[in-house]
Amino acid sequence: MTTVRTTYREALREAMRSAMREDERVFLMGEDVGRYGGCYAVSLGLLEEFGPDRIRDTPLSESAFVGAGIGAAIAGMRPIVEIMTVNFSLLALDQILNNAATLLHMSGGQIAVPLVIRMTTGAGRQLAAQHSHSLEGWYAHIPGLRVISPATVADARGMLATALADPDPVIMFEHNSLYSVEGELSDGGPVDIDTAAVRRPGTDVTLISYGGTVAKALDAAGELADAGISAEVIDLRTLRPLDERTLLESVGRTHRAVVVDEGWRSGSLAAEIAARIAEQAFYQLDAPVARVCAAEVPVPYAAQLEQAALPQVADIVAAVRAMVG
Amino acid sequence: MTTADAKTRLELLTTMLRVRRFEERCVELYSAEKIRGFMHLCIGEEAVSAGVLRALGPLDAVVSTYREHGHALARGLPMAAVMAEMFGRATGASHGRGGSMHLFDGERRFYGGNAIVAGGLPVAVGLALADRMRDRPTVTACLFGDGAVAEGEFHECMNLAALWRLPVLFCCENNRYAMGTALEREHAVTDLALRASSYGMRSWAVDGMDAEAVADVAARAVDTIRGGSGPCFLELSTYRFRAHSMYDSDRYRDKAEIGAWKRRDPIPALTELMRAADQLTDEDLAGIEATIGEEIDTAVAAAEQAPVEPVADLTRFVYSERT
Amino acid sequence: MAEFVMPSLGADMESGTVTEWLVKPGDLVRKGDVVAVVDTAKAAVEVECFQSGRVDRLLVPEGRSVPVGTPLAVITTDEAAAPTTPGRPDAPAPPDSAAAPVHTGDQAATTLEPPTRPATRPTTPIVRHLAKEAGLDLAALHGTGAGGAVTRHDIEQATPHPPRPAERPQTPPHPRGQQAPRVSPYARKLAADLGVDLAALHPGDGPVTAADIRAAAEQQPAQRQPAQRQPAQRRPVKARGVDNRTAIAALMSRANRDIPHYHLATTVDLDRALAWLREHNKALPVAERVLPAALLLKATALAAAAVPELNGHWVDGALQPSSTVDLGMAVAVRGGGLLVPVLPQADTLPLAEIMRGLREQATRARSGRPRASDLGQASITVTNLGDLGVEVVHGVIHPPQVALVGFGAVVERPWSVDGLLGVRPVVTVTLAADHRATDGAVGARFLHMIDNSLQTPEELL
Repeated sequence: MTTVRTTYREALREAMRSAMREDERVFLMGEDVGRYGGCYAVSLGLLEEFGPDRIRDTPLSESAFVGAGIGAAIAGMRPIVEIMTVNFSLLALDQILNNAATLLHMSGGQIAVPLVIRMTTGAGRQLAAQHSHSLEGWYAHIPGLRVISPATVADARGMLATALADPDPVIMFEHNSLYSVEGELSDGGPVDIDTAAVRRPGTDVTLISYGGTVAKALDAAGELADAGISAEVIDLRTLRPLDERTLLESVGRTHRAVVVDEGWRSGSLAAEIAARIAEQAFYQLDAPVARVCAAEVPVPYAAQLEQAALPQVADIVAAVRAMVG
Repeated sequence: MTTADAKTRLELLTTMLRVRRFEERCVELYSAEKIRGFMHLCIGEEAVSAGVLRALGPLDAVVSTYREHGHALARGLPMAAVMAEMFGRATGASHGRGGSMHLFDGERRFYGGNAIVAGGLPVAVGLALADRMRDRPTVTACLFGDGAVAEGEFHECMNLAALWRLPVLFCCENNRYAMGTALEREHAVTDLALRASSYGMRSWAVDGMDAEAVADVAARAVDTIRGGSGPCFLELSTYRFRAHSMYDSDRYRDKAEIGAWKRRDPIPALTELMRAADQLTDEDLAGIEATIGEEIDTAVAAAEQAPVEPVADLTRFVYSERT
Repeated sequence: MAEFVMPSLGADMESGTVTEWLVKPGDLVRKGDVVAVVDTAKAAVEVECFQSGRVDRLLVPEGRSVPVGTPLAVITTDEAAAPTTPGRPDAPAPPDSAAAPVHTGDQAATTLEPPTRPATRPTTPIVRHLAKEAGLDLAALHGTGAGGAVTRHDIEQATPHPPRPAERPQTPPHPRGQQAPRVSPYARKLAADLGVDLAALHPGDGPVTAADIRAAAEQQPAQRQPAQRQPAQRRPVKARGVDNRTAIAALMSRANRDIPHYHLATTVDLDRALAWLREHNKALPVAERVLPAALLLKATALAAAAVPELNGHWVDGALQPSSTVDLGMAVAVRGGGLLVPVLPQADTLPLAEIMRGLREQATRARSGRPRASDLGQASITVTNLGDLGVEVVHGVIHPPQVALVGFGAVVERPWSVDGLLGVRPVVTVTLAADHRATDGAVGARFLHMIDNSLQTPEELL
């Protein structure tokens, strides 16, 4: 088996390319996905290969084109809708929650919505408050949606095909810090979107992360290893439904958990994970579950302020040290 | 008058009467607490249901609003399934998950009552997009009210559908009130057909109390769309005789205004026209009423006896069931 | 004949007021005609009738609020009375039909009647609303209102309440320096597995973690064997077995786990009751003499009948009052254990029967040979530990019952009557009651009734 070195961005592009080659029902639509090549250049070159009918530039009408994706999915297509960044998805929230997530139930199982919505998320590039949200937890709150968050090149390449095969709406979050990350890709086939992955095994504490925080958790685990603390790093991969089994098995081994989440602490995905551990692994816990989250502040522009607002490797290390003692 | 005209008129009249009597029974059942939730009636607006839906073929798609009993019945949803849904029963059009506002029928491409004003428009655009991308000669009829025209989604969808020349028939059922807010109090420009035409799509202003006129214009619009024109827009001027949702005290409307519109009731209007043209006898009318009455009685009896969805199935239909 | 009822004009409407009748007796109405203006909490609405016919009587006057579903008017629907040409409002009224006499306007005023009482007991909207919210079956509730109507109070009595803040047990924080060691859940589990005594640990500043337990386990070689888990000793469960500790343990654990108890106590002057009993007993053969305990049982049974909220069972989240007072008597069994023989319909039994039941059943139960019929389901239980010298009983309710009455010993105490101090025989009566089913006020009423009964002992015969 040959492996190739590629970037997260290219892996996403390859995933879309092969999906569109294999299934003529698949098409991409969004703001500047065609001529411009995608705000983050994910779809660069696809217009030339597939033409404007399948690589559709849309007006700045998030509600209309997300809703159009819903309608097209109902009518038998397999649309991929790209929302430039998570903040713009708020303009389409009506369509995502009131239609995509709801139609199947409200119609008594008649109207399924096999739609994939991709969007960029996360802070860290001095884009100030409106362009730096991390709202994955909001979407993970909604029954009827599946929410995934590829953190590796292999997942960027493999999750999309599985998401497109899913009969229900899937929201895929791509952290902006990942696009240029390089990694080895072996076969490039579909991967599951049901389970969390243990990215680094350990025995003393479980670090639970996803998307943009996986790399930080792995860095923290490296530092902790130097200090003699063995940290296990979990990449959630799928934020809804949560793979509780992997989480609980890990906590059953390490008896300590730190959740790392770029979302705000209050009402966050981290809160949900902490609650589930408390509910289901209470008697395995040798310390209270800790969370390393974003500060409760709109993300500021100035670099030092922004960095202070976001979970950092040092914060993770400190949280673990306070716990392991 | 030709025989074809007589036949059309009879079908329009029958559809309108069917919707009217059905909803009248709904009022009774709601008052007796058999039907619950919000229930929005289209009594007075039946010419729109009868005329627009008649213009569509079986492969066309329909997206509707929370005031959709008439659209659903005219589209051919079985009355028993609609009534059972209002009763919240397992045999209902949406397995008791939707109620009055959310009637669905995938087979008939009836994509629901949507309770978000203008929320159905983007979906209609997408249905048309998919059909267009696959070269299917279908039209998606999208029904909404005058209130939706003030929403941002209206603008986004009119623009997108016109930009991409999608086969959507936008039908604005203008009953002059967004719940309690009069047209003049919510729109800077109250000529809605004119506004639609600014997107570069053909639009017609139609007397929505005249079933024949509605049927006529809708058929022409559908033909135009099938011919590749891109979307069309119908402004159907009509009036709801009853409250926004079941009952209200009508503080926002003038009694004289209601009375004036009631004198234009589309059902007697068409009835008189047909009598005058010797196309309808009292016996005919009594026969139609009797058939409809029987259909309603049967639907109510079936709904009363229908099983309820088991609570054990509460979480069904959140995600697709995989075998 | 058809009834025009108060319609439900919205999912949130419970009642409405006819502010204006737009028809009067004798008027012809058609299906769909507006016949009245109804004021709901939200708006005044014109309402229509769903029958064609002639208005016979108006049942509810203008201005009275009535629940949804209340008949407002009677409409005769005979074909003769109905308009012959529906759809033509100007058709002349047909002549009076014998079946539907037309009232004049004057008569209309006199024929206004209160709404006919439905077959079920009348209930107000708020009561139905509260009952629905609480999941209570109105038909099963005892009404204390006029005509047996279930009142809001009745619903509240039958509804589980969270304990009020004042009644919530306060756990005072440990004073500084004496803080109980904090132990992680996993450490606690590990301690149990490794046989480490948590109390004997001397932790540092932080909480006790698994590492502390492992260290302690290594320093206590003698105790290193994992604690043997003792399987619960299970004997074959005899039905209400005489010495069946397991059954009692299960029942009482359930009681303490599930039932939010409240406890009330009152001291009752027995001077009059005992004096009366002495006189009463003089006339009886020794074998038939009545003990004070029987008087207390009878007084309890009567109080239970009068306060049905305490006489019944908590089933599926709701109080189900019992239609009879089946008095359980907790009896200690020789060799340990507890039995509760039952006196069925104790409130209807003469005192002599109560005494006989007490004597026979208690004897049989004590001997451990009760009859199956003795051990039916009680609706309320009495425990009397006076014989053992106990003064105050703080009882535990027997689920699914909702109350337990405790009697202590009859003791002589200084007692003030009319400003003078004397020595009187008194007994402390306690009530343990289920706070889901009732509140303290009901319990207080109950204890007060026992006291009252015991002040008129002749009525306990």
